[in-house]
Amino acid sequence: MEALDLARWQFGITTVYHFIFVPLTIGLAPLVAIMQTAWVRTGNERWLRLTKFFGKLFLINFALGVVTGIVQEFQFGMNWSEYSRFVGDVFGAPLAMEALAAFFVESTFLGLWIFGWDRLNKKVHLACIWAVAIAVNLSAFFILAANSWMQHPVGARYNPETGRAEMESIWAILANNTLWAAFPHAVAAAFLTAGTFVAGIATWWMVRLARTKKPESVELARNVYRPAVILGTVVMLVAGVGVALTGDAQGKLMFEQQPGKMASAEALCEGEEAANFSILTIGDLSNSCEGVRHILEVPGLASYLGTGHFSGPESFLPGVNDVQQEYSERYGETDDDGNAISYTPNLAVTYWSFRLMIGFAAGSALLALAALWFTRGGRVSDNKWLARIGLIAIPTPFLASSFGWIFTEMGRQPWVVAPNPTGIDQIRLLTMRGVSEVVSPGMVLTSMIVFTLLYGVLAVVWYRLIHRYAIEGVPTTVRDESPEAAPDDSDRPLSFAY
Amino acid sequence: MDLALLWFFIIAILWTGYLVLEGFDFGVGMLMSLLPRGRAEHREKERRVLLNTIGPVWDGNEVWLITAGGATFAAFPEWYATLFSGFYLPLLLILVALIVRGVAIEYRGKISDARWARRCDVAIQVGSWVPALLWGVAFANLVRGVQLDEAHQYVGGFWALINPFSLLGGATTLVLFLLHGSVFVALKTDGEIRARARRFAGVLSLVALLVAGGWALWAQLAFSVTWTWAAVAVAALGLVGVALTNRVGREGWAFGLSAVAIVAAVVLIFGSMFPDVMPGLDGGNSLTIAEASSTPYTLTIMTWVAAFLTPLVILYQGWTYWVFRRRLTVDHIPAPAGLTWKKIKESAF
Repeated sequence: MEALDLARWQFGITTVYHFIFVPLTIGLAPLVAIMQTAWVRTGNERWLRLTKFFGKLFLINFALGVVTGIVQEFQFGMNWSEYSRFVGDVFGAPLAMEALAAFFVESTFLGLWIFGWDRLNKKVHLACIWAVAIAVNLSAFFILAANSWMQHPVGARYNPETGRAEMESIWAILANNTLWAAFPHAVAAAFLTAGTFVAGIATWWMVRLARTKKPESVELARNVYRPAVILGTVVMLVAGVGVALTGDAQGKLMFEQQPGKMASAEALCEGEEAANFSILTIGDLSNSCEGVRHILEVPGLASYLGTGHFSGPESFLPGVNDVQQEYSERYGETDDDGNAISYTPNLAVTYWSFRLMIGFAAGSALLALAALWFTRGGRVSDNKWLARIGLIAIPTPFLASSFGWIFTEMGRQPWVVAPNPTGIDQIRLLTMRGVSEVVSPGMVLTSMIVFTLLYGVLAVVWYRLIHRYAIEGVPTTVRDESPEAAPDDSDRPLSFAY
Repeated sequence: MDLALLWFFIIAILWTGYLVLEGFDFGVGMLMSLLPRGRAEHREKERRVLLNTIGPVWDGNEVWLITAGGATFAAFPEWYATLFSGFYLPLLLILVALIVRGVAIEYRGKISDARWARRCDVAIQVGSWVPALLWGVAFANLVRGVQLDEAHQYVGGFWALINPFSLLGGATTLVLFLLHGSVFVALKTDGEIRARARRFAGVLSLVALLVAGGWALWAQLAFSVTWTWAAVAVAALGLVGVALTNRVGREGWAFGLSAVAIVAAVVLIFGSMFPDVMPGLDGGNSLTIAEASSTPYTLTIMTWVAAFLTPLVILYQGWTYWVFRRRLTVDHIPAPAGLTWKKIKESAF
């Protein structure tokens, strides 16, 4: 394998892995903040127990998000230095802003939150977790601003002297319509992930306790876990609707901005009006159109997703062959080395990751509906199938997010910076032009193996800790540790220590 | 003022923030098995005292690195690209070290189990020693100059980064951070461990004077310009000051002065690089500030962002240190709150 392929595999592995922890962090921080707010406002101990319980799970998850995030920032320079040279003037700014405006806040205030239970005034302590919750979402905004620029470059010009992209307007970059579709989509997906996580675990506990038939256990299920089930499922439903609506908006933008991605998502070879949405298509993995056979389709739906029209001339969707022809004319048939350029993304990966994203996201809806039905009117369910659905649902939004990223990044190929078909000229970069020139395949292979093994070990530790803390349940006793509740006792042991 | 020049200063400030702050938490990590003494349970408590001196702040300290990296990407893309692709293997090692270290600090107390704690301690120590050494190696190479081609690509390979000057540079950061960590422990703890940290700092300050002084003289004589003699002098005075103030028990002063020594080292490093960001070996094909920098527009935007946010960051991070200002002793360390890997069956079932 060449350094290019290895660098792409490494980016894929480390990024998909990083984004296991990120959506849970983004969604769970606000949920923990809501639980703690409920405790501070009502004084009801159930919310403090839930805050402590889900707060621990949040921290276990946050740690891995942080350490795998450092790799992301270094990786651009290490493996993709030519990309970095080309885009740095534009792309570096949102990354630096993320660090200054968001990452500093979340890291510092999380430290205050973890260790500050007995040091900070109750409301100040609460404000710390809210600062974290807002900052993690702000992080998502800046990172997606950078990524959206790769999908749809705006606010920049090409400098023919240096051969680099240069920023013209930070406002245009932050107002990129791709960003304003991607950001709510990613945040909604993050809330769906966290809502499912909370609802899934709480449902399992509620059913488990209710099945003991012991009065104190049933009371715990009713008093503590049931409210968490309701909170989680409500978040899931709202986020689920948000994911669908924002995803639809993204589809329409993709049709305008990256027609090749849309066409390959549908495995649509020749452009057509009233294009069908394929539910099952088989191909021969050669990435050629000859092998594609559509087996099960919904009439006109693909056109509707892309254009808003089921039929008629306005419903025309270009196929991958149309895109190949058009892009060859606009951007050249061959690269600098005289090799033909394929403007078609990997059809099998794009097609299936798109469907798996949608399918897995829809999967968690099952839990939301079932859980709301079984807890209606104050009920506490002891239905063991509900508990099973709860557990099965937990990984589905994670998988949906992973496939969503695989889709959007693989569907952008062969570009690392996709050309803006209606906007600025010359700002585009083929992925193969972005890889570092001085880094040998052996070095990339080394780092890929090192990260993959290390990440594998960490995944096992992360899962075991999350599992262990989840089956421990909410703490049996909690107390108000705030300085207001126990003043003038400054030399007591720390309420929390590593 | 020339914006590219301003950003050269800002990058230097961000690295200063990183090395001063994470410098002491690397030092504390390195001390995990050097300082604690006594019976097994007591040692474990002392290790937890050490860990909790940095517990609330280490992650915020590390963000200075993320910011330095991001700011270099934004303000000097060519520097970022050449440096990160050129120093590939050292950076890979640093990344691995930072990953295992961060995870071990956060996960150590989650499980109450002696074997688990030992493993995490190994990860924390390896994760602290390795970057403490490698940052010095990397910066010393920047001072010395590296082999660049006409397109400013690093072409020296990995082994060219390992040379006597860079290894002494690595030893310099290692000793400085160890000293910085020791005076931090002396400042943040009480009881036996405080006394031990002070004794340790006393010895280390002399070792640091020798090692860092030797490297600084070499850097100054071989690679730098006249005015950075001032930085060498300040660093030396700082280390002498650490030795003196530590001896008379002025721990706050000792910590401040060891920070001054690190700041002076950064000034020496960046001062000798100037006006390059990546000096070429023997001056050939150097990548200059002007060549590496972003456009004035990008730099203007970034200047506004940095001007508003950096003081704010310093303010709330400073507040964090104020909130957790109390000295820790073994008596402050509560019983382990972690779970055991196996769940003990509860009565409810």
